[in-house]
Amino acid sequence: MFGYYLRLSWLSIRRNPILSSLMVVAIAVGIGASMTTITVNYAMGSNPIPHKSDSLFAVQVDSWDPNEAYREPNIPPDQLTYLDAMALMENAPATRQVAMTKVFDIIVPEGVEAKPIEALGRATFSDFFSMFDVPFLYGGSWDHSSDNNRQMVIVLSREINEKVFGDKNSVGKFVRVGSHTFKVVGVLGNYQPIPKYYDVTNGPFNDPEDYYIPFNLVTELELSRAGNTNCWKATEDSGFEAFLNSECVWIQFWAELPTTQDQQEYLSFLKNYVESQKEFGRFPRPINNRLNDVMTWMELQNVVDNSAKVMMWLSIMFLMVCLLNTIGLLLTKFTTKAPEIALRRALGASKMTLFIQHSIESALIGMGGGIVGLLLAWLGLKGILSLFGSEVEHVAHLDVSMILFAIGLAVGSAIIAGIYPTWRACNVQPAVQLKTQ
Amino acid sequence: MQIRPILSAMARNKTGAVLIALQIALTMTIIVNSVSMIEQRESLMARSSGIDEKNTFIFRYMGFADDYNERVQTQTDLNYINSLPGVVAATQTNSAPLTQGGWSMSVATKPGIEVDDVGTAIYFINEKGLDSFGVKLIAGRNFTADEIIWREPGTNKWPGQVIITKALATDLFDGDWESALGKTIYISDTQPIKVIGIIEAMQAPWNGWGGIERSTLVPSYTEFGAGRIMVRTEPGRRDRLMTEIEEGLLSNYKGRLIRSPESMEEIRTESYRGHNGISTILRTLIISLIVVTALGIVGLASFSVNRRKKQIGTRRALGARKADIMQYFMIENFLITTGGVLLGALLTVGLNMQLVDALNISPISWYYIPLGMLALWIIGQIAVYGPAKKACKISPALATRSI
Repeated sequence: MFGYYLRLSWLSIRRNPILSSLMVVAIAVGIGASMTTITVNYAMGSNPIPHKSDSLFAVQVDSWDPNEAYREPNIPPDQLTYLDAMALMENAPATRQVAMTKVFDIIVPEGVEAKPIEALGRATFSDFFSMFDVPFLYGGSWDHSSDNNRQMVIVLSREINEKVFGDKNSVGKFVRVGSHTFKVVGVLGNYQPIPKYYDVTNGPFNDPEDYYIPFNLVTELELSRAGNTNCWKATEDSGFEAFLNSECVWIQFWAELPTTQDQQEYLSFLKNYVESQKEFGRFPRPINNRLNDVMTWMELQNVVDNSAKVMMWLSIMFLMVCLLNTIGLLLTKFTTKAPEIALRRALGASKMTLFIQHSIESALIGMGGGIVGLLLAWLGLKGILSLFGSEVEHVAHLDVSMILFAIGLAVGSAIIAGIYPTWRACNVQPAVQLKTQ
Repeated sequence: MQIRPILSAMARNKTGAVLIALQIALTMTIIVNSVSMIEQRESLMARSSGIDEKNTFIFRYMGFADDYNERVQTQTDLNYINSLPGVVAATQTNSAPLTQGGWSMSVATKPGIEVDDVGTAIYFINEKGLDSFGVKLIAGRNFTADEIIWREPGTNKWPGQVIITKALATDLFDGDWESALGKTIYISDTQPIKVIGIIEAMQAPWNGWGGIERSTLVPSYTEFGAGRIMVRTEPGRRDRLMTEIEEGLLSNYKGRLIRSPESMEEIRTESYRGHNGISTILRTLIISLIVVTALGIVGLASFSVNRRKKQIGTRRALGARKADIMQYFMIENFLITTGGVLLGALLTVGLNMQLVDALNISPISWYYIPLGMLALWIIGQIAVYGPAKKACKISPALATRSI
């Protein structure tokens, strides 16, 4: 039966080529526009580490200005001071935890012809890689002991390894970063978390860094930092030491806490810690410690830009206009079919049969609209890429699930749009219709 | 006028009219709000940065060689650039308007932590700074060469004098910007600095910041290992000097990287890329919407013309003129559109309230609503013109033919 209906629908579509193609175009334009924006929003809001996003927590403590919150409504700073980060690294009870910051320097490949490379780095702890499931191509993370002993070890991104060592296994070799020489212990595989959730402060859609080094080297070597730094209080003295002891926040801090009990313990540790600091005159604001799991953190930090959300809702309204249009066109089309429907009713076809047959016709039109719409969405995403550039480089792509979603959306919308026209068509009075012919 | 028969005909076949009215309501909602968003973005983009954007460019440098001495090299580089024909002036700086990255501090008219302070962008420049950016001094004096000090990383000491923008002076001294000249203001809570000059305008680097017009120029060279140099050229010579200077600097000394020389015009484009992109998307949306809605009107009107062929023929046979038939469809469309735009006005305000909340934009001005209504009335009339024209060509003979 289904095959027969399909053939009937196809015949009916071909009988009215202009009307049919108008409908396909109306659905296609609506699907194209909405899929473009839905894709961008979907990628921006996707979960970058689904299997453990519930056990990774961004840690916040409110060390900010007594007179005003870091951000309303009473949200603590998104980064930690050096004092707090080091105290937590030392004593806080977590399965794993890392403090980190962004640094930059120049990598000088060996050889006379080689051009110096301006590179961004991440200074962090050895657990960073296992905590965030960062893949290695060669070697691995540095030892825990290297964190404390401040050893000059480095993990390179695949790209930098390719530029400096030609994509070969460089573990054990030495690389010059700025005026220091580091020993390579690992090279990352292809790694591109979207969003770059562990450091949204410095751009949630930036590329991962070019190299990774032990955090304590930043203070030991007074390396140049590249990340966001915020201070509410002037440093008390000049120099690096004064900066480290200041109330400036510049360190991202994450803890891995798999069970509720772990989280409770961690929170109570934070509470005690802040209370003890208050005795030294720090933490002038009321206690406001927070553990945010990955998706809560993305939400709190507005990773999906409000403009992107608004564009999505506008384009969905546009899809609605296109569907209203399709309803009108289907109404037209099915009305012209009234005589045929009347005849079939008179010959014994039930309303249900006719309803199903015409819904299949709507679905077929929807399918056509979906396919053309996908093409438009693909063009739309190219357009977005050229308008916004590198900022959207990793979010303006259709994947399989989005393609299926687009087709489903198109077919679903077409069937819904078809319900009323179909229902009206099926309610034709056979006697009246046949008499007028 | 024949409004009553039109209304009763519509009442008998509501669906088509309702569909069109709904489309028009939604179209108006989206278009009016989009136009308002576009205009607000355009007015942000139209703000002047205060500097001579046409004839300036900026580049970054970063030292890496063991023998790199930033104090010596920066002076050498600046002397070289300033000696080139066609260069008006060059200064070292930490940032520039529109670059989106920079340094901010709070300043106040009284010392202490608990006083009312005002946020300002900080630009470290030398005595050629005003000339290099091309900003206009409107009161007081420029820095002298011996006032420029070297700033080391991590220091919290500030030089004794600054030049500020008129907007910052206005905010600090309750609207009386002229009184700022010669006054002492406080930075880093307690350090006194004297305002020795006021410039007309120079934007802070962040174009989304509410205090964008508030900037402070500080007489310092920075010794941070990396920095920027701002160059202003004579009109028409910028592009050639950009490549010439990059090559010249590298051939003079290879121990530092020269990165991305960019004209301020390029930086402006990059800076407003997001705004521009969204405006373009909204424009595309508006055009597509108008086309789709107009096609919908054409489609449904043609349909109703086809269905009423006999009726029209009969009317013509009974003495209606072509103009009457034409008028019938035009008025019908006008009535449907009126229903649509009335609903549209409500929806427009509703959506606007949501947008104001989500995007922190200002609400639409009242006159957008009547303008939007007018636009859709016009679009409706244009769209229905074709089918109406077709309708009035139906011959009276048709009425008799098939009965």
